[in-house]
Amino acid sequence: MTGYIFRRILQAIPVFMGTTFLIYFMVFAMPGDPIVALFGDKTPNPAVVAQLRAQYHLDQPFIVQYLIYLGGIFRGDFGLSFSGEPVTAILARTFPVTARLAILALLFETFFGILVGLISGLRKGKLFDASSLAVSLVLISLPIFVIAFVGQYVFGVWLGWARTTVGSGAPLQDLILPALVLASVSFAQIVRLTRASVIETSGLDFVRTAYSKGLSSRRVIPVHILRNSLIPVVTYLATDFGVLLVGATITEGIFNVPGVGNTLYQAIIRGEGPTVVSFVTVMVLIYLVVNILVDLFYGLLDPRIRYVK
Amino acid sequence: MNITKLGITAVTLAAIGALTLSGCAGGGAAPASTPNPGAIISTNGSEPQNPLIPTTTTETGGGKIVNSIFAGLVYYDAKGATVNDVADAITTDDNTTYTIKIKPGLTFSDGQSLTSSSFVDAWQYGALLSNAQLGSSFFSDIAGYSVEKDSPLTGLTVVDDTTFTVALTAPLADFPERLGYAAFYPLPASAFADMASFGESPIGNGPYMLDGAKAWKHNEKIDLVVNPAYDGGRKPKNGGLSIRFYANEGAAYSDLLANNLDVLDSIPDSAYGTYQSDLGDRVVNQPAAIFQAVTIPERLPHFSGEEGTLRRRALSMAINREEITKVIFSGTRTPASDFTSPVVDGWSDTLKGADVLEFNAKAAKKLWAQADAISPWTGTFQIAYNADGGHQGWVDAASNSIKNTLGIDASGAPTPTFAQARTAIADRSIQTAFRSGWQADYPSLYNFLQPSYATKAGSNDGEYSNPEFDALLAKGSAESDLTAANGDFQKAQEILLQDLPAIPLWYANVTGGVGLDVHGVVFGWDSVPLFNEITKG
Repeated sequence: MTGYIFRRILQAIPVFMGTTFLIYFMVFAMPGDPIVALFGDKTPNPAVVAQLRAQYHLDQPFIVQYLIYLGGIFRGDFGLSFSGEPVTAILARTFPVTARLAILALLFETFFGILVGLISGLRKGKLFDASSLAVSLVLISLPIFVIAFVGQYVFGVWLGWARTTVGSGAPLQDLILPALVLASVSFAQIVRLTRASVIETSGLDFVRTAYSKGLSSRRVIPVHILRNSLIPVVTYLATDFGVLLVGATITEGIFNVPGVGNTLYQAIIRGEGPTVVSFVTVMVLIYLVVNILVDLFYGLLDPRIRYVK
Repeated sequence: MNITKLGITAVTLAAIGALTLSGCAGGGAAPASTPNPGAIISTNGSEPQNPLIPTTTTETGGGKIVNSIFAGLVYYDAKGATVNDVADAITTDDNTTYTIKIKPGLTFSDGQSLTSSSFVDAWQYGALLSNAQLGSSFFSDIAGYSVEKDSPLTGLTVVDDTTFTVALTAPLADFPERLGYAAFYPLPASAFADMASFGESPIGNGPYMLDGAKAWKHNEKIDLVVNPAYDGGRKPKNGGLSIRFYANEGAAYSDLLANNLDVLDSIPDSAYGTYQSDLGDRVVNQPAAIFQAVTIPERLPHFSGEEGTLRRRALSMAINREEITKVIFSGTRTPASDFTSPVVDGWSDTLKGADVLEFNAKAAKKLWAQADAISPWTGTFQIAYNADGGHQGWVDAASNSIKNTLGIDASGAPTPTFAQARTAIADRSIQTAFRSGWQADYPSLYNFLQPSYATKAGSNDGEYSNPEFDALLAKGSAESDLTAANGDFQKAQEILLQDLPAIPLWYANVTGGVGLDVHGVVFGWDSVPLFNEITKG
């Protein structure tokens, strides 16, 4: 097991180098000059432009820029944004907000998704099942920004139950509505997954054995059916958590959440290389860690899966 | 974020359009009550792109903050007129050397004294090349300024604590009118010791000051409170400002509808269809100092000399401005009748030759045919624009208008980002006509005309050059009387209407909304609300 983890971490190093290089190259290759854009509609003074280029190392060839950046990362220096703020400070400010939003969304989708999926699976073909199928189909087929706008309008503007946008400091009560929106699509997926899995498990021999032993359904459902149905759901939840953690650009934009997605979007628009690359680098790291954890989860949930040399 | 803007439209129109009416009709007229002098006014803004140093603040996000926490020699009132703020008197005999006297005994918000050196040192800092300040070109008319090497502004001389003189390289009648712009604000002595940390939490002398050293919460908001040391004409009638940063205007608009925001200074284009019914009498719609046009460089094939002039005039008359401003912009633009803006002193809608800006299909066809007689037209007429700025609607409409009127191929040519479009325009690699716009830095006809159309001027992206026009600008600058100067500038504009280096389209209006119980919202000439006048409660 330790050997496996060690090998996975070693594999992560080239992935990390490769992605930062690619992302840096893509930002570098983005058309247009971000320094010229800083001047708006005015024609910039060439000497000031040269000065600013030198300040952000934009006058160097690509590979030198990349090496300067990489060298900085190993010293814990992620560069400066155009407004003069260290990128590390931006990371430290935005990731906790997105993490809170992600955890909240994950709690919502896990609780409601598994509950509704379980009931649907046990009452296959009944009214509850049919209506949950309809609701989840609607949620899956609607683009998330439609759900976000409807949610914002109905609960924020019309009913006034929630704040329309997230206030400064992103307090938990402000995050409930965006978290529900984020959770909605995954909720539908979890309902479908849980339902299918519960139906499959319910028909298996050991469940029939349990019932014929005289166990009550109060015992069979949680212990025998639900637990064995959860393997695919947990896998899905783990990857979904990774997706949520790296930020939801559209939802964060609509609710003005000062999180990762929103900040990254603005940095891309401004062509702020250091900010974009650092954010993506951290996202890559999160993905790598979550992926390793998911693989380890398999082994814990299903003893048949073993990692051998 | 076009997709989300599209989303608002789709949602408000299709899904819950019916709710809009019932949901928002409850607002109505706010009850008359005594305003609370301590009320904090919340308003929309965007994360400043640069440190909060006046000489490097050239964009609106930072400008809104810097203009609130600093006071310059003069400020602009609601009508765009110049009023002395820190200055006691600005005098000149020859429009070349100005003597500026400031009010005695003034201080910055932390008690540091405000003297003539506060201005001179700040300007020297802003103009010095190696400081790489984005607003450095504002000092280009002061003696000693150089774009090639570090060179002190030799034209600035401190006479005593309350007097300094400014020597310009050429006569400029409107120099005092420029002094309300951010680049000309003073800086306290402490700023120069550590400009980086000053830019993070600046100390100013304006109507407001930062609410503590950590008031700027990046990407979230900045909180300002009244600066007790300020005693000029912009004394606030409220307790402070909370400027919230929105990455997307739609979110700010939703906050206004839910009454979580007091003042919104722009209605997102996704809400153009509904904002009048959403907000009722809470809409503010005023002309602004923003001029929008299509520039057709002389160097493009078929657009030089006599043929070019005929084609430009034909294209101008082929665009139905009236219809586009009504249908595409829902009345948030006003068709242009000159090259400036109705909010500046001296604007006129009766210039000679302004009929070229009216839709006239017959005349357009005739002019186009005359140009074809010189050299037959081939290819497609394209208008370049940046796709990240909400320009597609009007560019497509204008292209269609041209296509239908002249019977030629016309289309938009989008580039993905503003940066890309500006780069191609600045290095002259662009091979089509392109959208252009000008937002004045200070309210004056000269500021609309000189930078964009004078020979070799900073923002003359079409490389237009006409000695007659240049001569009229220079003559206007040297006049001692503003009315006489404006007369010269109007004559200069009549030349532009003949040559059409850019085809004027429309003036942008500033269209905003105010929350319930919020009063006194008036937009200044620069499309930013006069925050000090706003009351709440």
